[in-house]
Amino acid sequence: MVDNNVVVEMRDISIEFPGVKALDGVDFTLRSGEIHSLLGENGAGKSTLIKALTGVYPIDSGTINVAGAHRTFTGTADAQAAGVATVYQEVNLLANLSVGENVMLGNEARGPLGINWKKTHERASTYLAELGLDIDPRSPLASHSLAVQQLVAISRAVVVDCRLLVLDEPTSSLDRSEVEQLFAVMRRLRERGVAILFVSHFLDQVYEISDRMTILRNGKLEGEYAVDALDRQQLIAKMLGRELAELDSIGRAASRTVDRSGAPILSVLGLGRKGSIEPIDLDVYDGEVVGLAGLLGSGRTELARLIYGADRADHGTTTVRGVSAHLTSPRHAVDKRIAFSSEDRRAEGIIGDLTVAENIVLGVQAKRGWLRRVGTAQQDALTEQYIASLGIRPNNPNALVRNLSGGNQQKVLLARWLATAPQLLILDEPTRGIDIGAKAEIQRLVADLAEKGLGVIFISSELDEVLRLSQRIVVLRDRRKIGELENTAETGVDDIVALIAKEGAA
Amino acid sequence: MTKLKNALKNRIMWPIGALVALIAINFISRPSFLSITVQNGQFYGSLIDILRNSAPLMLVALGMCLVIGTRGIDLSVGAQMAISGAVALTIIADSPAPDSLGTVMVAILAGVALTLVFGLWNGFLVSVVGIQPIIATLVLMLAGRGIALLITGGFITTINSTPYKAIAGGNVLGFPFEFFVSLAAIVIVSLVVRRTALGVLTEAVGINPAASRLAGVRSRGIVWSLYGLSGLLAGVAGILYSSNIMAADANAAGVNIELDAILAVVLGGTSLAGGKFTLAGTVVGVFTIQTLTSTITFLGVPPAVTPVFKAIVVIIVCLSQAPRVRAWLSQLRPPTRRPVLPTTSTPIERSAA
Repeated sequence: MVDNNVVVEMRDISIEFPGVKALDGVDFTLRSGEIHSLLGENGAGKSTLIKALTGVYPIDSGTINVAGAHRTFTGTADAQAAGVATVYQEVNLLANLSVGENVMLGNEARGPLGINWKKTHERASTYLAELGLDIDPRSPLASHSLAVQQLVAISRAVVVDCRLLVLDEPTSSLDRSEVEQLFAVMRRLRERGVAILFVSHFLDQVYEISDRMTILRNGKLEGEYAVDALDRQQLIAKMLGRELAELDSIGRAASRTVDRSGAPILSVLGLGRKGSIEPIDLDVYDGEVVGLAGLLGSGRTELARLIYGADRADHGTTTVRGVSAHLTSPRHAVDKRIAFSSEDRRAEGIIGDLTVAENIVLGVQAKRGWLRRVGTAQQDALTEQYIASLGIRPNNPNALVRNLSGGNQQKVLLARWLATAPQLLILDEPTRGIDIGAKAEIQRLVADLAEKGLGVIFISSELDEVLRLSQRIVVLRDRRKIGELENTAETGVDDIVALIAKEGAA
Repeated sequence: MTKLKNALKNRIMWPIGALVALIAINFISRPSFLSITVQNGQFYGSLIDILRNSAPLMLVALGMCLVIGTRGIDLSVGAQMAISGAVALTIIADSPAPDSLGTVMVAILAGVALTLVFGLWNGFLVSVVGIQPIIATLVLMLAGRGIALLITGGFITTINSTPYKAIAGGNVLGFPFEFFVSLAAIVIVSLVVRRTALGVLTEAVGINPAASRLAGVRSRGIVWSLYGLSGLLAGVAGILYSSNIMAADANAAGVNIELDAILAVVLGGTSLAGGKFTLAGTVVGVFTIQTLTSTITFLGVPPAVTPVFKAIVVIIVCLSQAPRVRAWLSQLRPPTRRPVLPTTSTPIERSAA
């Protein structure tokens, strides 16, 4: 049966990176007037498939048919000419131009004297109105929120009369009402017959908006399903390829009691920095996970950076194992066997153009200084040990780290630090943007390490995670410590939320 | 798809290809180009000349390569050559025994030590004060020749010293002594960079300074010392240059050599963006530039237009390394016309494999 509604048909697509088979014979079909979710763990091949579709990556084998015609994309311009429009996570618009100029860019209304701006803006507002957006086309784009900017980017797709709109994680930085607005626009586009490819980490949103979903796992196609044919439990099982008892089996690592009779590994007193975080006291004992909870901007990251010496504290004292320490640079902290993994993996974690092995050895090497090179045999041993014990995929020490998925990059960073045998590990959002499987593995690892005596400061936006792992939870709000909870079996997310909210009302 | 392996292979294969092509052009137009004769136990020939004459550029380019690896640049190397030559020759000229080996050794050490200090000064400005490398080293590029003139008292100091003359004029085992100096520099720098962790830490700092800092890399010390090394190598290059003409000419020593050095590094396949660097590529780049210089001389291109000729060749070599041009060239080849089923299109990264 020939399906006339098919907008894009990708058959047997394979793409290989050095040491990674990113896509392996994947089929993908998109029909007009549907919202199609692409699902999979990080590293499953979602972004690679999108990049093949939008012409960013050339494909190694397979065929792409757009509206029945065979296409070979050698660049994003090819894909756009074929009617594929993409809105990326980072909005790619011109912030210093007006909304109307952005919407109509390249399609301005022309008159005898060049561009007729009045008419251009009028047309822009018609297009915006079609999508139910009430935005003044003459207002500068930069004056609008990120959410509105995103909607403007989407309305561009209408102007260029696209047949296929790719939305890669469009909701990651939107609040609830903005998501609603985005969904309304998406529904209107669907009515106009546009095929929408939607990628989101939020399963609620996937179920709310999509008609159909395609699931990838490890670069292979897991299957295509109508949204009501698969319930959430089944979906997650398909994404992970195993039953999702993973997270639950970690249990409440928190229910372990910590011996706080000895000297703490780290003790900070009145540590603070003007304009960054107000003075804070904090102790971390052997084998203890201290969770830092709070909303974004509450000072969690700032505190971690001050402790590590990544930023300089302007008052307060730090004591490591009872000895006063002056940690004014990461180097000093490393020498005291304190490790810090930044929340920004790409910018402050991995060295993208170096290999997995070089990235893992970097911590040890930095500690030893450039003169005493870590011997090749020892490098191989370290790399092999951590690739195996942390399950880093691909298990190729010579793969470039930038080609790894987020979860595996995070594991490489953990390996880098564990190789230096730290006594205190500061983890800032170690599970951000990585899939459930890798998340479970990292949580389990943290729990195991703490059980073996390592002290951990654990920062996460996900309160579940903080509760599961920490014995003690420090709650921050508005760059201040507002409370400290002993995590017992009865402690729940609500207790933390209540603490944050109570202070807010006061 | 082995993008990495191909990239590494390309990085060194293309400069070598350019060098071989240049040599071939020379050989075709003048078959004697490749011939080497022996007179009095010494080798003579165009290739030997290239080995000798490339020595100052080789030293400077090796230092430049490492500095570029840290995301930096050192514009002051030419001026530093003038400084070390000025110091060495002034000491020898003022010495009662210019022919004594001791005097010459002291003179060389003093000249090189001073440029080491100036190199460290550059490193201080870049790594501690945080001035952009191009500005920080521009200071010394402009001031350096003044300093050299100050040392020589405003004159072109000339000397007569047999041991000093032997540096550029002497031969060992039939090969020019200068060649051994540049060979020693290549070997020592390569060993230091790859046998210690200096190379990989430099690359880490060049690729991602913020991440390197958080990983505990003492990037300040690394950057600082590499500028020092660059100064030291430029100092040695200045000694070679001044020994060649037996004069300290502050205005002529190492003029524009910083640009040739940057060019050699880039021709060798190291990106000016920093990070991954290749010393082997730099060595090939230096020989390419030196061969080019002698080609120009041989072809009888009038001196006034040599820069144009050089520029054309450099543009061709650089273009041949640009991914876009390579993709374009590979599209011109008939067999890779858009295939139908199954697609084996030739993507950019792999086209030049």
